[in-house]
Amino acid sequence: MEKVAIAPDGGAVAKSSAQPLLIVRNLRKYFPVKGGLLNRSVAQVKAVDGVSFHVMAGEVLGIVGESGCGKSTTARLLMHLLTADEGEVIFDGLGVGARDGLTVKELRRNAQMVFQDSYASLNPRLPVEDTIAFGPTVHGVPSAEAKQRARRLLDDVGLAPERFGRRYPHELSGGQRQRINIARALALQPRLVFLDEAVSALDKSVEAQVLNLLVDLKEEFNLTYVFISHDLNVVHYISDRVLVMYLGKVVEVGPVGSVYSRSAHPYTRALLSSQPSMDPDRRKTEPPLSGDPPTPINPPSGCRFRTRCAYAEEICSRVEPPLLGFGDNGAHQSACHMNNAGSGHSLTAPAGTAE
Amino acid sequence: MALSAAMKSEAPSAEPAEKVVEVEDLHVKFVSKDATVHAVSGVSFDLHRGEVLCILGESGSGKSVTLRALMRLLPERRTRFSGRIRVAGHDIMTLNAAALSRVRGEVVSMIFQEPMTALDPVFTIGRQIAETVLRHENVTREDAYKRALELLELVQIPSAKRRLHAYPHELSGGLRQRAMIAIALSCRPAILLADEPTTALDATVQIQILLLLRQLQEDLGMGVIFVTHDLGVAGEIADRIAVMYAGRFVETGPVRGVMRDPLHPYTQGLMASTVHGHMKGQRLRTIEGAPPNLESLPDGCSFAPRCAHATDHCLVRPPAERHPSAGRMARCVLVDD
Amino acid sequence: MTQVNAVRRPARPVDDAGDTALASPAAAKDAPAVVYKGQSYWSNVGRRLRRDPTTVVCGLIVLAIILVAVFAPLIAPMDPYQAKMLGRLAPIGTAGHPLGTDELGRDMLSRLIYGGRISLMMGLTPVGVALAVGGLLGVIAGYAGGWVNMMIMRFMDVFYAFPSIMLAIAISGALGAGIGNGMLALTLVLIPSITRVTESVTTQVRAYDFVDAARATGASSTRVIVTHVLSNVLGPIFIFSTSLVSVSIIIASGLSFLGLGVSPPEADWGLMLSTLRQAIYINPMLCALPGIMIFITSLCFNLMSDGLRSAMDVRL
Repeated sequence: MEKVAIAPDGGAVAKSSAQPLLIVRNLRKYFPVKGGLLNRSVAQVKAVDGVSFHVMAGEVLGIVGESGCGKSTTARLLMHLLTADEGEVIFDGLGVGARDGLTVKELRRNAQMVFQDSYASLNPRLPVEDTIAFGPTVHGVPSAEAKQRARRLLDDVGLAPERFGRRYPHELSGGQRQRINIARALALQPRLVFLDEAVSALDKSVEAQVLNLLVDLKEEFNLTYVFISHDLNVVHYISDRVLVMYLGKVVEVGPVGSVYSRSAHPYTRALLSSQPSMDPDRRKTEPPLSGDPPTPINPPSGCRFRTRCAYAEEICSRVEPPLLGFGDNGAHQSACHMNNAGSGHSLTAPAGTAE
Repeated sequence: MALSAAMKSEAPSAEPAEKVVEVEDLHVKFVSKDATVHAVSGVSFDLHRGEVLCILGESGSGKSVTLRALMRLLPERRTRFSGRIRVAGHDIMTLNAAALSRVRGEVVSMIFQEPMTALDPVFTIGRQIAETVLRHENVTREDAYKRALELLELVQIPSAKRRLHAYPHELSGGLRQRAMIAIALSCRPAILLADEPTTALDATVQIQILLLLRQLQEDLGMGVIFVTHDLGVAGEIADRIAVMYAGRFVETGPVRGVMRDPLHPYTQGLMASTVHGHMKGQRLRTIEGAPPNLESLPDGCSFAPRCAHATDHCLVRPPAERHPSAGRMARCVLVDD
Repeated sequence: MTQVNAVRRPARPVDDAGDTALASPAAAKDAPAVVYKGQSYWSNVGRRLRRDPTTVVCGLIVLAIILVAVFAPLIAPMDPYQAKMLGRLAPIGTAGHPLGTDELGRDMLSRLIYGGRISLMMGLTPVGVALAVGGLLGVIAGYAGGWVNMMIMRFMDVFYAFPSIMLAIAISGALGAGIGNGMLALTLVLIPSITRVTESVTTQVRAYDFVDAARATGASSTRVIVTHVLSNVLGPIFIFSTSLVSVSIIIASGLSFLGLGVSPPEADWGLMLSTLRQAIYINPMLCALPGIMIFITSLCFNLMSDGLRSAMDVRL
C-alpha cells in the first residue's frame, strides 16, 4: 500500500515517503509602481502573492497561466535573479539562504534555467562554446576542462562540436540556439531545471525536436523539470503534474490527467476550452471568458478570478478561497469556494466528491 | 448575435461568389548588395467574397511577404515583383501612388500582430479611426467620430464612448487588437488581410478575437486572408487552407480536407509534429532538417531534402501543381492528378 | 549527485541540421568535420566598414592628417616659428610659400601641419580619457541600478545642464590657460554625456536574458560585467565617442581661439583662426585655411562615426 505523506504545503504526496526536491512556501513579490513628483511608490504590482508548491525529484511540474499570472516571476524568484519580499524555499531539505542551509551560489549549482529563445538569450559577442563553458569556470573548473565539458554537452544536445562550437548566436537557427540554451543550463550539472517558455518561440516542427531532446536529457541526466508555458498542449504532453496560476496565485494544482480532464477551477476550465480546436467541425460559438486578464495592480478582493467568473457570488468577494485538496488522495487541489464544503457558496459540492 | 458554425456551409454555394482577389504566379525577391532572397516563388490563388483563406506556414515560409505584396507594403527599393495581383478588380502592380493609397483602406485593409506598434501612441484611438474615415470619405468630423463610436461597438469594446478618448497604452492587449480591427474596418473594405493578429495574445483573449473576426467577416461579407503558423487557429477560422513552404504553396484545399487528409508530405509532417496532450508518453514525430536558405533555393522540390518519400525525380525541378480532386491542390509528384 | 557519464555515448542524430553557413543541405551531409571558425560580430562590422565608400575615404583622410601631424618635422617645408615681418600675409601661391604666410610672416603650410599636432591631440585625448572614465561610471551606474545609479547620474546631470562650450570656458578659465588645462577642461565636459549614453545602453543590456543567465551561474557582478556586459556595451559607446571627437576638436579650437588653450607662438588651428582675424579684410582666404582644416577633420570623424553606426547595425 502506498504511504501517503503530507507535504508541508498541505497537499498529499501519493508516492513513497520521498522528500520533495523543492518546497516553496508563501512566496511573495510585489513590484512598486513609481510615479508622482518624487518618484514615490504609488501602487504595487502584486506579481506573486503567496505561492506555495512542491516539486518531487524526477518529475516534470508544468506551470501554466496567462500574462500577469506571475509564472515567470516565480521562476526568477526561485533562481534568485529577483529578491523575494517574503517566502521560504527549501531545496532537498535545506533552506536556501538560511543559516545552516544552502547559499545562493550553491543553489545555482543545483538549479538552472533555460530561457526563451529571444535573440538576447545568448551573448552575441561570445562563441557558443564559451557561453556554455562560462558557468563551470565561475565555480572553479579550470578553463580547459570547462571547454571539454562544453564540447561534450554540444554533442549531447545534438550539435557537432567541431561545426558549431566556435559559432556565434547569429549564425544559428532558433532551434539550434535553444539547444545551446539547454546545454548552458546543463553545464553546471544541476538537478533541477526551470524551463521558462523554452519552446514557445520556436516553429512547431522545431518545437517537437527540442521537446524530444528535453525528454531524452531528463532520462540521461536524472533531471527534474519545472516547465513554464502558456501552451497547454505542450504542458499536457511533457508534465506529470501541473500548476495553474492566475494573478499571482495558485488556483489549481494536481496530476496532469486530473487537472486536464476533471478541472476543478472555473479558470482552468475556461483556459482549457479556449484552445482553438484543430477540428473544423467542433468550432466554438462563444468565447469561454470575456475581457482581458486584469493587471496585478490592485487585484480584485477575495477571489481574484471573481470578476470574470460565471459562478461568482458574494462570498467570493469577501473571502479568498484557500487551496484545498480533494481528489487523488488530496494531490489534486484547487482554490475555489465551490469545492469547499462549508464555504458558503451555493454551488458547493458535498465534501468528498471531486466531480 | 452569434451565428452557429453549422450555418456556414463548406461547399461552394450554387452560384459561385465573385473573386475578390486573384493572384497569378507571384514572385517576390529582395535584392541587396549581399544576396537576393527569393521570398515568394510562384504563388497563385483566388479568394472569393465571403471566404476565409488561411495561409499556414512557419517562419521564413514567405506568408507575411505574400500578404504584404497584396497591398504593396514591401520596401520599394529592394523589392522585385513579377506576376499579377488583382484586388477587387484593381491591378495592384500598376497602380500609381494616389490610387494605391485609395485602395488601401477602402478596398483592402490589414491588421497586424503587434497592436502596440501598429497603433500610433500619440493619438487617441477615436482620433485614429476618425482620421482613416476622413481620409477616404467626404464626411464631417462629427460624422467621422460617430462612425468611430459605431465601430468600437461593432468590435465589442466595452464602454465604447469612454474608450474613444483612450490612448493605446491605456488599453489592454485584447482591446488594442480590437481597436486595430476597428480602424481596419472603418471604410468597410471588401477584403481584410490579417497577419498573425492573435499570436501575441493570451489564450482566453485569442479565442475572443478569433470569434469576433469570424463574426465580422460573416456579417460584413468580407473576404479574409489570415496568415498564421498555428494549426488550431486555422482549424477554428478557415474555410480554405493554403500551406506555404519556402515561398510556394505546397497544398491548398478546404479546411476539413486538408486537416483530416493532408496530401503533401510537409503538411503531413506538420500535422504529426503538432503537440497534443494525447501524444503523452510517445516520442514526437518530427520533420528532420530545416527549411532551405531562401537565398539559394535548390533546383528541385524545396522540401525534398527533408522528405522521407523523396526520389531522384524530386530533385530535378519543382513539382507542378496537381489537382487530385475539385478544390484541392498539392505540389508533389506522389499526388495523382 | 548527477553522474557524469564517462563513457562516450553514440552521437545523437542531429535533427535540425539547418546549416545556414553552408550552401545546401546536401553538402552538409558530406562535409568533413572541419573546425568551423565563426564570424564574430566585429569581423562582420569590419567587413561592412571596408565596403562603405564614404567611411573608407574619410578614414583615409583622417589617417593622412594624423600621419602628417605625426611626421610634421619631416614634412613641413619650413620652420613654423620663423617670423618675417616683411613677408607677412603673403597670398596663397607665393613662391616659397604655397599657402601664403600669416600675420607674422610665418609659413602657413608649415603652421597648418604643425598645428594639426596640437589640435588633434586636444581633440582626441580628452575623448579617450572621458571614454575610460565616463564609460566606467556609466557601466557601474547602469548595472547597479538603485541609489548607486541615482547618485552617479544626478551628479552628471549637474554638469550636463551647462552648454559644453560654456562649461569648457568656465573650467579652463578657472584653471588657467595652457594645453594641459584645456584638455582637462574638455575631458570634464565630455564625461557626463558619455556616462549618460553608457548608462542607458548598460541598462538595456542588463535586461537581456543572457545577463540573467550569467548571473544564474553564480558569477560575481564584476565577472558578469567584464565577460558579458562590456563587449555588448562597447559598440554603441564607441560610436558615440567617435562622434564626440569632432565636437571635441571644435571646442578645443574654440578654447584656443579665446586664448584659453594654447598660447602663442604655438601653432594650433584654433589659435591661428584667432590671430588671423586681423587679416580678414586683407586676405580672407588665408584666414579661412585653419577653419577649413578644422572643418575637414571634424567632418571626416563625423562621417566615420555614421559609417560605424550603420556597419554596427548588423541584422543579427
